Amino acid sequence: MSNRQGAPAASAAPGAAIESRVERCFAALKAARRGGLVVFVAAGDPDPETFFEILSGLPEAGVDVIEIGMPFSDPMADGPAIQAASLRALQAGMTLSGTLDMAARFRTQDDETPIILMGYYNPIYSYGPQKFLEDAREAGVDGLIIVDLPPEEDVELCLPTIDAGLHWIRLATPTTDDKRLPAVLSNTSGFVYYVSIMGITGTRSASGAAVREAVTRLKRHTDLPVAVGFGIKTPEQAAEIVTVADAVVVGSAVIERLKAGLDEAGRAQPGLVEDVLGFVRALAEGVRQGRPG
Amino acid sequence: MEALNTYKAGPDERGHFGMYGGRFVAETLMPLILAVEQAYEAARNDPAFQATIDDFAKHYVGRPSPLYFAERLTELFGDGDKGAKIYFKRDELNHTGAHKINNCLGQILLAKRMGKTRIIAETGAGQHGVATATVCARFDLPCVVYMGVEDIERQKPNVFRMKLLGAEVVPVTSGSRTLKDAMNEALRDWVANVENTFYIIGTVAGPHPYPAMVRDFQRVIGDEVREQILAAEGRLPDTLVACIGGGSNAMGLFYAFLDEEDIRLIGVEAAGHGLDTDKHAASLTGGRPGVLHGNRTYLLQDDDGQILEAHSISAGLDYPGIGPEHSWLKDTGRVAYVSATDAEALDAFQLCSRFEGIIPALEPAHALAHVKRIAPELPKDHLIVMNLCGRGDKDVFTVADALGVEI
Repeated sequence: MSNRQGAPAASAAPGAAIESRVERCFAALKAARRGGLVVFVAAGDPDPETFFEILSGLPEAGVDVIEIGMPFSDPMADGPAIQAASLRALQAGMTLSGTLDMAARFRTQDDETPIILMGYYNPIYSYGPQKFLEDAREAGVDGLIIVDLPPEEDVELCLPTIDAGLHWIRLATPTTDDKRLPAVLSNTSGFVYYVSIMGITGTRSASGAAVREAVTRLKRHTDLPVAVGFGIKTPEQAAEIVTVADAVVVGSAVIERLKAGLDEAGRAQPGLVEDVLGFVRALAEGVRQGRPG
Repeated sequence: MEALNTYKAGPDERGHFGMYGGRFVAETLMPLILAVEQAYEAARNDPAFQATIDDFAKHYVGRPSPLYFAERLTELFGDGDKGAKIYFKRDELNHTGAHKINNCLGQILLAKRMGKTRIIAETGAGQHGVATATVCARFDLPCVVYMGVEDIERQKPNVFRMKLLGAEVVPVTSGSRTLKDAMNEALRDWVANVENTFYIIGTVAGPHPYPAMVRDFQRVIGDEVREQILAAEGRLPDTLVACIGGGSNAMGLFYAFLDEEDIRLIGVEAAGHGLDTDKHAASLTGGRPGVLHGNRTYLLQDDDGQILEAHSISAGLDYPGIGPEHSWLKDTGRVAYVSATDAEALDAFQLCSRFEGIIPALEPAHALAHVKRIAPELPKDHLIVMNLCGRGDKDVFTVADALGVEI
């Protein structure tokens, strides 16, 4: 593994303080002395148009960073909620290039909210990593989280991503010990995503004490903001997380809410978008109450 | 491809066979994967570890398995002054009825060495599940086997066997509900239980060190063939044939012969309804490189990189991927990969039963289908060794159904 400087800084002119959207976002949160809300939605779930309506409404609902899941047929690290979301999206015709189109379309109306794409390597490998990075940057994507690319495989996509001027956001987990942590944090920029449990998305939840201890440990090793995800389901849990972390990630719970608005054939029923955004608004309020400025 | 002086040097320290292999897993698993690698390195250099495997292989598994001259099929396939001499490596005579136990024995001893207290596994045909449940009973470890509901339906006898052996069989309803989804589910379990759980992967796939480790535990097949054919014929064979799903029986047979380049090595994939349909499981002959289940290898996938459902009449071959070492052996040209359809396998299944009194599993029936294809054209002194890697008891319902017989 070779070390590289944080990408956006490297692509900036010497001395110029050009920040990425992600960096601006976390700087603003810090200035406002509040935690951030990161929300995960699966691209094209339950269908492209309904998805885009949800996506478009997220910033107004109080989301600070948007994670868009790139649907994959075999999401090994995801629980039933996101597995089902991936499948719905794929069945509704979503593809990787379709996901990039969604991001690009979002950018025409919002040039500030960071977009992170999250998923698995194979669709990108199939698309062609270099072409993917060019198209993602063109679409206004800010960073990538790729679940099945640990530091041991950095040459595949991590280093090219940094070269392309995008953030590579790594997952740190309860099994990432102090010996391994430097490798995990190297080549990471934007923020660090702490997976608060051993397990898959949307299942069990970590205790507040365990998260506090873990974030404290991470902070000893990095100055990057830390976002905590996996198993966070309610505004109350989100509020608790941001008392110790810089941001909280909620995915499966939002998707469960979406699923509740589908009819038996999996089609969006009237009111689904507003209901999902209402839930996100409640999460955002929770986050704002967790650490009132 | 640069010239190689050995095909047996792989994988490199990062688990690569050429461009294939690697460690494409979630961070949660990574520390454990490294621990498995370290523990395996120590174990394979420990003569006591190998001695324990050898002892169980002999007295519990029943190794060495015989090398058997299939005289009647040799006659049947022969044509006048032509027709290769066909030998079967009888790995279907192992305890539990397939080669899978060779690997399970090695892995459970490693799990014990690592102090793990819980075993998980995935299974397609159920042979690996049964073998895992068997060693778990013998070594007193709780066992959870993930199995797609499609496979549970077509492999009922093996499901019951696993239960008799004390294993919990978890039906997998996600995705295509077959082997690949069982593997996803096993990986999900592992991520949630890394601290006490060892995942016994059933084939030469998955993140490094699994492909190399499973190969090492299966290479006994080829090592024995080498000795046995020398004893029987006074020389090495001309052609080796094995079926390929994930590819563990084939790697086990081929490995000892990789550097004898005049020996033809042939892997037979499952062509299902035919390679020109979307219902087959031939990832090497019908797929392209991708990344799944911890390694880069040939995969059946669509234009978007989504993994496709495989199809084969044989649950054990019904997997859209293949071990990474096979992908590399394909690209280097050292091994030839061909395929046989459901119908050809069914035909071979019946021939083997009628002419040799051996009911083979549907998996090696694919290998036999190819032997039937090539044997008639070869000279009488041409020696073929085919790995008869499993017995067919588990398949009688499937075959009866395919032949329209009610039992």
